[in-house]
Formats: sequence, C-alpha cells, structure tokens
Amino acid sequence: MAKIELTNISKRFKDETVIDNLNLTIKDGSFTVLVGPSGCGKSTTLRMIAGLEKQSGGDILIDGKCVNDTPSGMRDVAMVFQNYALYPTMTVRGNIEFGLKNRGVAKSEREKLIKDISEIVGLTPHLDKKPQSLSGGQRQRVALARAMVKQPKVFILDEPLSNLDAKLRGQMRTELIQLHKRLGTTFVYVTHDQVEAMSMGDEIVVMNKGVIQQADSPMRLYHDPANLFTAEFIGTPAMNVMKRSELSGLDVPDGSAAGYVGFRPEQALIGAGPEVEGWVIDGEIMTRESLGSEQIYQIRSRMGVFFVKAFLAPLVSEDRVQVTIPCGQLYFFGADGERLRGIEARPLQPAAGGAKA
Amino acid sequence: MKAANDTIGGPAVAAPEGREQRAGLLGRRLVWRRAWKAALQVVNAAGLLTLVTIFAMPFVWMLSTSLKTLPETMIFPPQWIPGNFVWQNYADAWNTGPFLNYFVNSVVIAVGILVLQMLTIIPASYAFARYTFKGSGFLFGIVMVTLMIPAQLIFLPVYLELSTLKLLNTHLGLILPFASSAFGIFLLRQAFMQIPEELLEAARLDQAAEWKIILQIMVPMVKPVLVTFALFSFIAHWNDYFWPLVMTTNETARTLPLGIAKIREVEGVATWNVLMAGNLILVAPILVVFFLSQRQIIKAFVYNGVK
Repeated sequence: MAKIELTNISKRFKDETVIDNLNLTIKDGSFTVLVGPSGCGKSTTLRMIAGLEKQSGGDILIDGKCVNDTPSGMRDVAMVFQNYALYPTMTVRGNIEFGLKNRGVAKSEREKLIKDISEIVGLTPHLDKKPQSLSGGQRQRVALARAMVKQPKVFILDEPLSNLDAKLRGQMRTELIQLHKRLGTTFVYVTHDQVEAMSMGDEIVVMNKGVIQQADSPMRLYHDPANLFTAEFIGTPAMNVMKRSELSGLDVPDGSAAGYVGFRPEQALIGAGPEVEGWVIDGEIMTRESLGSEQIYQIRSRMGVFFVKAFLAPLVSEDRVQVTIPCGQLYFFGADGERLRGIEARPLQPAAGGAKA
Repeated sequence: MKAANDTIGGPAVAAPEGREQRAGLLGRRLVWRRAWKAALQVVNAAGLLTLVTIFAMPFVWMLSTSLKTLPETMIFPPQWIPGNFVWQNYADAWNTGPFLNYFVNSVVIAVGILVLQMLTIIPASYAFARYTFKGSGFLFGIVMVTLMIPAQLIFLPVYLELSTLKLLNTHLGLILPFASSAFGIFLLRQAFMQIPEELLEAARLDQAAEWKIILQIMVPMVKPVLVTFALFSFIAHWNDYFWPLVMTTNETARTLPLGIAKIREVEGVATWNVLMAGNLILVAPILVVFFLSQRQIIKAFVYNGVK
C-alpha cells in the first residue's frame, strides 16, 4: 500500500515537451484512473511511475520515499501491459515464478504463492501450458497473476482490457474492481475509454495535452466538470455545447464572461409540458438510436446539432419536437473553456405567446 | 386431345431437359478441373523428383564409389550398386594418415569457433539491437563492412600476426581469427529487434538482471535463428580447406579436409574408392548435426515468414 506523489514532473522527448510541470497525488489504496485521448501523456506518466521512463524534471515519491533514481525493479510496483508481455518461452508457472525467483524467494514459498494466486485467478489447470495456447482472457489472467504474486505496493495497469472482446472486457472489469477491493492496494490504471474510467475508478484524472484537466471522483466529474474539456470528455453522448453568440431563447446575464453554454443529453426533455420551466429549443429529429432501455436522438436546431438521451420512454415518432432543458441543468464556460459557476440564466418567453396577444 | 397434350407437355418436359443439360455441362467442367488439378500435381511431383535427383545424385555416387573396388570405379557404363561392398575402403582411408588426429582437430576447431562465436555475438547483437550508444551506428557499420572482405585478402597479415604470436600450427591459431562473426551479429540483431520492448520492461519490473534477460528471455525466443547460425558456422569451419591449409605447416593442427586431400597423393594414382570413403567420413558428422537441427532451421524460416 502506498501513496504516490508527483511534483513538478516534466517530460521531454528530444525537443518535444510531452508533460510540463505536472502535480498529482494518488491516494493510498485508491483505484485511480488516468484517462484522456491518445497522446495526452497518460501512458508516459504511468511509465514514469513504474520507472520505465525517466522524468526530465521533478520528483516522484512512492510511500513518501523519493524514487527518482530507483530502478524499476526496486520500486515495488507491478505492471500489467496492454499486450500482456508474457514470456513466450516460459510456461504459465514460469511466467508467474520469474519475478519471485529474481527476488530470491525460496522454492517452497514460491510454490505456495503460485498455488494461491492461480486459484484466485482460476489458472490452476493451465499452469504448465505455454501462453500461446491460452485465450486472450486467460493470458490477461496470467499477466494479472504475475503482477499480484509479487505483492507490490502499487499496481500499474496500462490499458489492460483493450485487447479483449466487448463481453470479456465487461467481465474482467468487474473482476478487477473485486480484486482491488480484496487487495486494498493502490491501483493506477490508464485507459482512453471514459466508460471504463467511470465504471472502475474511485478517482479519475482527466488529462489532455500533458496537462491534468481535473482529478476527482467519477460523480463529481460528471456533475461538476471543471472545464469544457472534462465536460465534453465524460459522458456518452458528450455534453451538448453551444456558443453564447449563437444562443436563442435563453437570456445569459450581460455582465458574465460566459462564452459557452452546455447541457447533458440526458437532462433534456422531449415534449415536456409547460409545467417544466426551462430553456425551450425547437428542433427536427435527424436520427434515432434505440438501444432498448434508452434512446438517443440527434436533433437539428437553429443553433446547430445536439443530442438528447431518453430512458425507458417510448420512441418519439414526430419529426419536429420541442426540447426543454431545466435551467438548473445548464453549465457555463468562459471563452477559455474554464467553468463559470453562479450564473443564473433565464429562459426568454416563447415568441409565440407574444404573437397571440 | 393429342395437340392439347403436346402443348401442355412440351414446356413441362423441356424445363428438366434444360436443367439436365446445364448439370451435364457443370459436371463436365468439374471433371476437367479435377483432371487439370491432377495433372498439375503430377508435374509438381515430377519437378520435385528431378530436383531431388540432381542434388542427391553426387551424394549417392560418392556413397556407391566408396564401397567399390578400384577397377569397379572405372567400369563404363558405371555400376550404381557395387558387386560386393568393400568396407575395407573406410579402414584404408582412415589409415592413410593420422585420421584420428585430423578428426579431433576438426572437432576442437569447429566447436571451439562455435562456442567463442556464441560468447561474442549474443552480447554484441543484443547491444546493437537494444541500445543506442555513442557511435553505435558507426560500429555496426564497421561490423557490416567486415562481411564484405574476403578471407583471401587478409590471410597474409593474419598469418604474420599468428606467426609473431607463435600461434601457427596450434588449435588456438585456427580458432581465434573466427572468434566473432559479422554475419552472426547481423542475423541475431535482426531477430532481437523483433522482440517487443514490453517484454524487456516486464522483465525489468520482475527485477531480472540484464544477463538474465538475455539468457532466459531473449535467447530462448531467437533459438531457431541461433541454431541456424550455429549450423552454418559449424559446416563452414568443418569444411574449410583454405584457412587450415595456409595456417599450418605440420600435422599437429591439420583438419579432416586436409587429410582427405592427402589421400589423393598417397600412391600417385587416384584411388577414388578410398577418397570417397574419406569424404563420407568428412561429411557424416555434418549430416548428423543437420538431422538433429533440421526442425529448428525450418522453424527459423517459417517464423520469420509469418512474423
């Protein structure tokens, strides 16, 4: 168990700065997920923690100890790789045993550890097989067992599920959560898939272009994004964002610095009555995706195309609809993408009402 | 009635006929295709057989000659199977010179070279494949250039060198010039480069020392390539005639190929049967080594092809 602290970390590859002045504390025993688009520096950060990459500047502390000059093998971290990186010429047993042998663990002790681990991950019948004859899921388990058997302070997982098919991925996701609960060790997990991040992490670090956008719990990230990037990155479909200059039907106070207004597709209501007070947008349904329990509509309005997600509702068959967004569900962002809090927007009364009078 | 029957029956009968015709056409096409395939197979087999004959004939001829009497070797048209097998030829060949000595020399030198080469090319190719250090490109360039220099060009300086070091007529003098192999370094470097970096990282996280990574993870993965190289090296040095001829002045370190060549000179007349028996003694160990490593060699080529 260990806390990991990164202070003023930077990383340059030749002339290119990938990460500049990054500060991050990963809590002891947490399941921390680094998430972001490819090339955002999340894997590099992970590899620096593991000691596979040397930072160009700054300090890395594991359990309060500076590990800047500690080689990767001595940092007491175990890593699971995306392509498993199993030793192909060794059996499953040999793979799991290799790290123990290098540490000088006695034979009887090794056998006991291997027996226990292989029971936990369900590999007992496969111990004498070579990795090539195992399925993807089984290989993943070997990689996990190889990491677990060392009883490390920190588990590092670099997109470990992206080589598995969708069903197996879901299953392994649950198993990893259970594993984390059982071990109580610090897990650092890298993925580009925000669904994976949301479902597994108790702490999520959203990164973009080498900069941490927000580090928070999944629910906080979803309900209270710190900036436009996080807001658009978390959630499927992404948050609908409109430029303030193109708004219609909504009155944003003149004094505010808001440059963008956003709302989540699942907060918008189609065909809500006048009893729901909010911003009303007229639009035309372009596509309908029905996933059974939920429907996703792509709607074109005067302000552009946006998405609406409805749960357990009958499929809307009309082409032209009115979409209502309750005022409390609106998010405001400055022109630079920073979140602005405390802005009270007011819906303008539909022009139709005035015309009648 | 009849007319009506005809009109009704006409098209009804015509339809199956058409189908049958089509089926017949299809069937004939199928037969043709099968015949064509069979013909191709025959041609293929014939081609292979011809090739095998071309390559195997000299060998069979050598084997047959080695068991004949001397007059039998001169008969025309030649006899493929000797009247009775003269095993004495082998004993004669063996007794023309210190053959046991030659044999031991050959083994010591070929194996000695192989062991030394393994000790040098594995670390060298690993370093060239996995590290970029100052001048690594330049050094690798030098290694590659040595591939293009023929032995005939450098044997004189090497001879002088060995003579100053008093290594002429010694095993060491025949081994040391081949202590490393540019070809081996090149071959192994390519194989090492194909191994994904993650495997090495995983091993480092497993606290494996560098030599352990090389010996326990990298080398087993390139085993087919290594075996192939070992075989090439062994055959080349086992059969080498030029180098031992130049670097020896007496019998102490002479090898089998020199001994075989001497059989011709023994009685002034070419005793083909004895000579061929000697040749068989020369190639037998290579055949044994080849049969033992055949599967690995095929693997090396298949492996490279698939990857």
